[in-house]
Amino acid sequence: MLYVVILFLFAAITLYFLLGGADFGAGIIELFTSTDNKHRTRKTMYQAIGPIWEANHMWLIITVVVLFVGFPVIYSEMCTYLHIPLLILLLGIIARGTAFTFRNYDAIKDENTQNFYNHMFVYSSFVTPLFLGIIAGSALSGQIDPTAKTFAGAYIFSWFNWFSVSVGFFTVALCGFLAAIYIVGESKEIADTKRYIKKAKIMNVAAVICGALVFTAAYFENVHLANWIFGNKIGVTVVVLATLSLVWLWMIISAQKNRQWIRLLAAFQVSMILIAVGHTRFPRFIIFKDGSSMSLLTDHASGKTIDDLAIGLMVGSLFILPALGYLYYSFQKKER
Amino acid sequence: MDDFIAARSQMALSLGFHIIYSCIGMVMPVFMAISHYKWIKTKDPIYKNITIAWSKGVAIFFATGAVSGTMLSFELGLLWPTFMKHAGPIFGMPFSLEGTAFFIEAIALGFFLYGWNKLNTWFHWVTGVVVGVSGIASGILVVSANAWMNSPSGFDYVDGKYTNIDPVKAMFNAAWFSESLHMTIAAFSATGFAVAGIHALMIYRKRNIQFHTKSFKIAIIFGATAAILQPLSGDISAKDAAKRQPAKLAAMEAYFHTQEYAPLVIGGIPDTATKKVNYGLEIPGLLSFLVHDNFKTPVNGLDKIPVKDQPPVAITHYAFQIMVGIGTLMMFIGIIYFIALFKKKSWFNKAWFLKLFIVATPAGFIALEAGWTVTEVGRQPWIIQGVMRTSEAVTKMPGIQYTFYLFTFIYFTLSVFVIFLLKRQIQMVPELYDR
Repeated sequence: MLYVVILFLFAAITLYFLLGGADFGAGIIELFTSTDNKHRTRKTMYQAIGPIWEANHMWLIITVVVLFVGFPVIYSEMCTYLHIPLLILLLGIIARGTAFTFRNYDAIKDENTQNFYNHMFVYSSFVTPLFLGIIAGSALSGQIDPTAKTFAGAYIFSWFNWFSVSVGFFTVALCGFLAAIYIVGESKEIADTKRYIKKAKIMNVAAVICGALVFTAAYFENVHLANWIFGNKIGVTVVVLATLSLVWLWMIISAQKNRQWIRLLAAFQVSMILIAVGHTRFPRFIIFKDGSSMSLLTDHASGKTIDDLAIGLMVGSLFILPALGYLYYSFQKKER
Repeated sequence: MDDFIAARSQMALSLGFHIIYSCIGMVMPVFMAISHYKWIKTKDPIYKNITIAWSKGVAIFFATGAVSGTMLSFELGLLWPTFMKHAGPIFGMPFSLEGTAFFIEAIALGFFLYGWNKLNTWFHWVTGVVVGVSGIASGILVVSANAWMNSPSGFDYVDGKYTNIDPVKAMFNAAWFSESLHMTIAAFSATGFAVAGIHALMIYRKRNIQFHTKSFKIAIIFGATAAILQPLSGDISAKDAAKRQPAKLAAMEAYFHTQEYAPLVIGGIPDTATKKVNYGLEIPGLLSFLVHDNFKTPVNGLDKIPVKDQPPVAITHYAFQIMVGIGTLMMFIGIIYFIALFKKKSWFNKAWFLKLFIVATPAGFIALEAGWTVTEVGRQPWIIQGVMRTSEAVTKMPGIQYTFYLFTFIYFTLSVFVIFLLKRQIQMVPELYDR
């Protein structure tokens, strides 16, 4: 049953990264769109994510709940040492969620308030995934130091370091990439499609640059990232698959073919990155500066809790998954 | 500011705001579904307009409720990591089910809000109902997690270790039913009165009278019914507290000395130094009667509780008085409504009648906040009644006062925005729905 819970945990993280990530990406794309096209882009984005965005963010709730019920020690350690980035993440989530809703449900659409919501939306769409990446980077890279004597040592440098921050930017770029690819499938005019493809290209390049930054930072901060990923067969296979899928994706895009395929390929590519990192660190979930770690296989709740949680998750997914599938299907179908 | 006090204040503030957003978010969809049903059945376009107008309110409150709820799920760990380390696996069951209910609510809301003219009429209606049902289910589940803190069960606590954990038993703890019932009824009466009050104001100002009259009626029927039922559920809750949390009950009543024919103290200023209530109205025997169903049996007072295990008496007592006082007034207003509905239709057009409901707009939420204060402050100094002290649970990170200031700022800003948006929604009713 423990493995069922772990599977759900990884599935929820991956889905949050893909669906919530594409959602954040929508804001990131808006941030980097020229003023002339902003209005059109916003409208297309809104039609694409309006009905589904609340549901996309539920995966974060599932992740948190699984962590604090199933792995309470890990959750409380993260909450203690990563208090500040988690707090900023929350601020981002609040600003973004409310801005998105407010700008659509404000009965009077005057320019000033709309501009205010737009600013709030795009900047928080940038900050939130940045800090998600920072948190992930800090938990997995051994930067948390429970023995630190100073406030800064314990609560700031645990996350404010080159490696974690570059993981943050890498995450932002990936979200932008996911959103750009997603929206290519939504646009109805050739000119728009071309614009979004260009955006996707820029985001792809940005992701590659940030990825290089992550490896550089890892080298200087003594995080053996390259060794983790390329040091084992699964890691190498996954990276090769990710690269191949990327090449395939661009071939399809340049041939202007099936739009559903490019979404799947982008999702596949990003999942491969998550698997590469997740696999190499598994079962460790937090790694401390002294090399000790907290493991999903040992630092979990007692057996009865895990069993009940697993049953709860399985029963819950029987309700959620078909409903969610039908939601995506309905609003895909109706748009055509 | 002391870190511990800052953490408690931040938690109180976050829950205090979340409780408003989420109560409205779980009750409004029910009103919306009723009005939607009437539109489908009668084809009266006013009902369609009401449904659409309310659904925008639901969207705004769902979003604020969802983000403030997400914040809370993190704040539990950010502020009380030691509590979550031990309690998470025990009382986590309702949270994981709540996650599911919340997810379904979000999916159904997506269908509902974007489904006009796209979905089959009845399927569309059902999605609205699902929003309401899963919202209420979420509320009940979260409250049963809170009930566990008041009446912990489903584990053995031996030598500082939590063993024999049974999450299902913990979920169905002794307090879950009475507390969830009280909270759900409170949500209906508070939201019903608030929504009705706003529409009453618009009727009073003679704006879109038909639109607002129909809205008023749907909201107040729920609000008034809930307000009339609430004292019964309150009685169940008080008896329950007497059994399991005598300290809380004694603080609620500012009842210092154990005695026969225990009096019920109404109002008054409790003085913990002299252990007396000044200027209060004492009704001999009534507390004994309420707790034990007879006037003589003694009720345990604060003198039976060690001082270090006593909750703050004054706050708990005042909050309880406010809750009961306002609750009683709301019950009478509810009765007045039903008299008007069945016997005195002419009252509906009277200015005093409308003013009554306009004044009562915030009443339910004030009572709700007061009740929440009673249950939380009344449980102090414990975070898990009798097992873990709140002071043992707090985070070791210093500087919590700054996050408290930050959250205070955020919640106030958020509320200002919500009020601003609602005001603009109401302001636009003539233009959006008068066709």
